[in-house]
Amino acid sequence: MLSLVIAPTTTWYLVLAAVLFTIGAMGVLVRRNPLVMFMCIELMLNAVNLTFVSLGRAMADINGQAIVFFVMVVAAAEVVVGLGIIVSIMRRRSGINVDDLAELKG
Amino acid sequence: MELFVFTCASIMVLVGALGVIFRKHPVHAALSLVLTLFGIAVLFVAQSAEFLAAVQVIVYAGAIVILFLFVIMLLGVDKAEDLRVEPLASQRWIAALVGVGMVGLLSAAVVSSADVLRVRGDGIADPVAGDNPDANIEQLANTIFSDYVFAFEITSVLLVVAVVGTVMLARRRTGKGLA
Repeated sequence: MLSLVIAPTTTWYLVLAAVLFTIGAMGVLVRRNPLVMFMCIELMLNAVNLTFVSLGRAMADINGQAIVFFVMVVAAAEVVVGLGIIVSIMRRRSGINVDDLAELKG
Repeated sequence: MELFVFTCASIMVLVGALGVIFRKHPVHAALSLVLTLFGIAVLFVAQSAEFLAAVQVIVYAGAIVILFLFVIMLLGVDKAEDLRVEPLASQRWIAALVGVGMVGLLSAAVVSSADVLRVRGDGIADPVAGDNPDANIEQLANTIFSDYVFAFEITSVLLVVAVVGTVMLARRRTGKGLA
């Protein structure tokens, strides 16, 4: 019966999204594999999507869901281009460590 | 009921996200990412965003993760990373500190501004409550194809540019032709 009484409010969803965003940011800061770093960027994008949907429901505004639609499309394009860059870099070198990629440093 | 759904989906999301960070093997990280993305889809359904939940499963858990797995397998980078090596001294402690601070600040901002939230829009159609099961899709389509139709067209241009650019990036340069 407890589950019928307590309903999660918008704040719960927003805090969950904040935790998810932070986990993704930590992954980008700590990991060295470019593929895993890309996955962590996806985590952050999903946290923002969850925030948009939650606030859209709280404010009874469909625009939150419309924005999430566009974020998903841009995320897909970003992953495609990013993985293409990773593939073309990894073809020339064997390591999978982003610390080794310092050619652009002046 | 929504509390039960929220709890289960939150556990899915957080376990998956922690798995992405802490699993050594990139394939395991990608599979943990699937868990997180499904949890987000469940949370979308719980907030009556059914169309976005379907798109989430199809685009993210279907296409993007498969793309990651393909790249992992094709590049042969699927050997485990040794996470005990810390490349920069005390980087992880500073990162953990930044993480705790970020969670604290974001949560404090969210909790302290909870009473600012109020209804501002025209309302979201709830397919469960109403008698029209397609209400969410219809409302979203009405918004995207009227208010955001220009952004929608630009998005199609973006996708074409991304596809062409990726083909140019990933192809092998053979012969003395252009590019």
